[in-house]
Amino acid sequence: MDGEVIIGLEVHCQLNKLNSKLFCGCSTRQQGLEPNTMTCPVCLGLPGALPVINKKAVEYSIMVGLALNCEIAEHTQFYRKNYYYPDLPRGFQITQYDWPIASNGVLTVESDGGDRVVRIRRVHMEEDPGRLVHQGSIETSKFVLVDYNRSGMPLLEVVTEPDLRSPKEARRFINKLRNILEYLDVFDGSLEGALRVDANVSLKGGARVEIKNISSYKGVERALLFEISRQQNMKRRGVKVTQETRHYDDERNCTITLRTKEQAEEYRYYPEPDLVPLSVKGWEPRLREKLPELPDARRERFKKEYGISDDHAKVITSEIRVANYYECVAGKCEPRLAATWVADYLKGELNYRDMDIKDAFDPEMMVYIMEQLKKGVITDKGAVELMRALLDEGGHPKDIILARNLAKVETDVTKAAVTEVLKENREAIGDYRAGKAQAFNYLVGMVMKKTNGRADPSEVNLLLRELLECT
Amino acid sequence: MSMALYEESVHKTFDRIKHSRLNAYITLDKENALGTAKGVDDGKIAGRLAGMTVAVKDCITTKGLLTTCGSKILSGYVPPFDAEVVARLRNEGAVITGKTNMDEFAMGTSTESSHYGPTKNPWDMTRVPGGSSGGSGAAVAGLECRMALGTDTGGSVRCPASFCGVVGIKPTYGLVSRYGVIAYANSLEQVGPMARNVSDAALLLDVIAGHDPKDSTSVPHDARYTDHLVDDVKGLTIGVPKEYFGEGTDMKVEKAVWDAIMTLNRLGADYKEVSLPHTKYALSAYYIIAMCEASSNLARFDGLRYGLRTGKDENWHATFSRIRAEGFGEEVKRRIMLGTYALSEGYYGKYYLKALKVRTLIKKDFEKAFKGVDVLAAPTMPYPAFRIGEHQDDPLSMYMADVDTVPVNLAGVPSISVPCGFAGKLPIGVQFIGGFFDEPMIIRTAHTFELNTDFQKLPEGF
Amino acid sequence: MAISVKDVQHIASLACVELDQAQQERFAQQFNSILEYFKELDGLNTEGVEPTYHVIGLNNVFREDEVSESLPQEEALKNAPRHEKGYFKGPRIV
Repeated sequence: MDGEVIIGLEVHCQLNKLNSKLFCGCSTRQQGLEPNTMTCPVCLGLPGALPVINKKAVEYSIMVGLALNCEIAEHTQFYRKNYYYPDLPRGFQITQYDWPIASNGVLTVESDGGDRVVRIRRVHMEEDPGRLVHQGSIETSKFVLVDYNRSGMPLLEVVTEPDLRSPKEARRFINKLRNILEYLDVFDGSLEGALRVDANVSLKGGARVEIKNISSYKGVERALLFEISRQQNMKRRGVKVTQETRHYDDERNCTITLRTKEQAEEYRYYPEPDLVPLSVKGWEPRLREKLPELPDARRERFKKEYGISDDHAKVITSEIRVANYYECVAGKCEPRLAATWVADYLKGELNYRDMDIKDAFDPEMMVYIMEQLKKGVITDKGAVELMRALLDEGGHPKDIILARNLAKVETDVTKAAVTEVLKENREAIGDYRAGKAQAFNYLVGMVMKKTNGRADPSEVNLLLRELLECT
Repeated sequence: MSMALYEESVHKTFDRIKHSRLNAYITLDKENALGTAKGVDDGKIAGRLAGMTVAVKDCITTKGLLTTCGSKILSGYVPPFDAEVVARLRNEGAVITGKTNMDEFAMGTSTESSHYGPTKNPWDMTRVPGGSSGGSGAAVAGLECRMALGTDTGGSVRCPASFCGVVGIKPTYGLVSRYGVIAYANSLEQVGPMARNVSDAALLLDVIAGHDPKDSTSVPHDARYTDHLVDDVKGLTIGVPKEYFGEGTDMKVEKAVWDAIMTLNRLGADYKEVSLPHTKYALSAYYIIAMCEASSNLARFDGLRYGLRTGKDENWHATFSRIRAEGFGEEVKRRIMLGTYALSEGYYGKYYLKALKVRTLIKKDFEKAFKGVDVLAAPTMPYPAFRIGEHQDDPLSMYMADVDTVPVNLAGVPSISVPCGFAGKLPIGVQFIGGFFDEPMIIRTAHTFELNTDFQKLPEGF
Repeated sequence: MAISVKDVQHIASLACVELDQAQQERFAQQFNSILEYFKELDGLNTEGVEPTYHVIGLNNVFREDEVSESLPQEEALKNAPRHEKGYFKGPRIV
């Protein structure tokens, strides 16, 4: 695939950490709302209502531009993008065209066999339209229902050059971008609709196809895989790929031709007369200073400060909440051990459950677990079981250890179990003496079974060898 | 039981409206008007406009009161909010009589394109009152209110003021909030006061002018225009732009305007000829900009959230297209389509961008002129009120009527039109144009002129 | 460049306004005479002239990131010709 596939992305990120919408004072809270309960004359586009720019939105946009190594515009202006569609209350979207707020940046992502440098063409500000609801599918619905709660939500659009060369790289890019936005605290990626992607993909020498309606990180990779495969099939059959816009259907995992929107893109852009130009390059020094530690920098610091491996540092800093969680724990426990427990064990359990770390137990509880481990109260296996219980049922580790009898059994109990197992498994002892190494593991397993997994495996090992020597 | 002062006066006004044949109003708000009047009488409501009847052009939103823009497409639309200027009226105790008739979406110079029928000129019922704020002009001239608000995009306050023999001001762009003003061409328009004399117009301007944070194009500027109601033009220099006279201007209009300049000269003002060399390009530049902006401003009217929605729904594009075809009149359709064309790929540079460059040159013309003079004097309209139906078949000839008013909107400067003579029984208006935010200058000039002349008349029979 | 009836049809579709045959022809004629009038701008040299997008020269107008009250649902839907379950009801997409 490499060298043959050309991908560019247009990523729309909602600045949902702002309190109010881009051009009006309606709240940006979108969860759990009845339709059309978070609108006003401005975002409903009522005749006569006028937009006024949210100052903080501009600050956030500049910070994102700086984090992506962009140049901030000397002079920036909002434009009207004119088209008709039921989700667009004014018949135009207020966006940016010439003079976007930031441009000419760069973001590096990991590629198979090196790094991929992805050039950022531009970062610009625009508003979200409303949301359409259909009865059934978009093609068969007899009418459309429209909710304008989302209308006017502040969006940042990040446009890349077609520098990506695989769906995996695209996914990595999206993840890194998302991560940076969360580090900047301008965006909460866990909220529904926070991030939407349009992708442009072509095979070398072929026509470019735009895919719209991708709304998840995994969706990006899947949509691209499907589309590339579709284009490759066509190429193999000698059919030319037409330049078009296709709609990604997440449920059916396919892209379909979108015949519903105006294919001829006549947007008649012109500067928004109701909004005066902005000269905000002077804000750059102040905002640059406000930039928090970004993922790459934090990763290096973790390696240096906590002495953890690059792999661990990468996993931990790939989400700001995980990084913060880790620092809490590493502050009170041995950092390298903390890294294993957070990056490998906890993250593993969370991924399996499709959970976000913000829904996991507090870092203080993790500290407690690691202290019990250190004191030898519980074994590694017990700690894992404890974490699973906390994630699935909640509660406090102390209570769960008691309730589930997770405490490691005392050495004499283990010794007694070992003695019993040896008594009951003469054949295995014979095998072991004969040189069959599996027999030893079998005996360890029997001891663990007898102690309900509460024995310390390393202790079992030691005692078994001791006793086997003796008998 | 006898009524108190304001209540009685308002009753009389509504009586007059009831028996009127002017068709100056689309919607009346009698109950609330009487309520406010009573409040003033009882001492509960006070303010600079307390008890004074003010009519509001129907493109300015009024909370709870039907707002149509003179169009079928906004049938039944009742806004949930007041325009800022309306809020300021209410704050000062004004008695809002109702919403006045207008050219559909303010596109016109005669009020003939209104879905609600034309308004008649009180001076001659076979003639137009001017436009697009013809309803406001006629209502003021015909004593159906004391003052009115209009909007002026290319002359739409000054034209009816001139045709109806009343006073109208187009303020400096940015002086008056546009929040709640249903846009036709938003880089050109301003709400303007209309009244029977300069003092009332200045008072109304005092109330509506001033910064509004809800309008990003609203300029922080403080002034009291009633402070400039003086009788003194000594030492002022009046510029007479030669491009506004000569071919195309009615001889009687030219004479009346020159008489006005001479009057001011006798009162102590100097005058001299100036040139605004790019004037002849102003009409094209104005119409291109206005049509382009209109095509975008009117895109929101599709029947989904408010207004006209008839017939069976098909797919959205066909349905919206049908509703808009049904709801918009011919002139509005024309401008939307031409504006769409002029903004589209390949034409943007030739039309819109070019017009904006011409605008720069026109603005510079005015700036240069004001270096040597204090105020400009010119005809408001090239001729007095024409007959209803006279320009119906030729849209271009109607556009040409705006030749003296549009340069002012392009430059953004303020202008006031006051009556200065008659052509037979038809009023003629002179406009005094000032530099940016120099309303004090033009009000002073107009007020002095008014005090020393006798053109403040009522139409026959009124 | 003269505007044909076909051009008028394309513009009408972009502008979302349905026109019948007679209107298309009438508009084509009127547009051509109006655009002919606008031609006089071609004769004016505007090289090096900056366009005036905003006549007042204002810059950097903002509002603070503060929440203000939204319209209640009934107010938002009050003028809606058709609505259902709190949504605006519109014509189908396809």
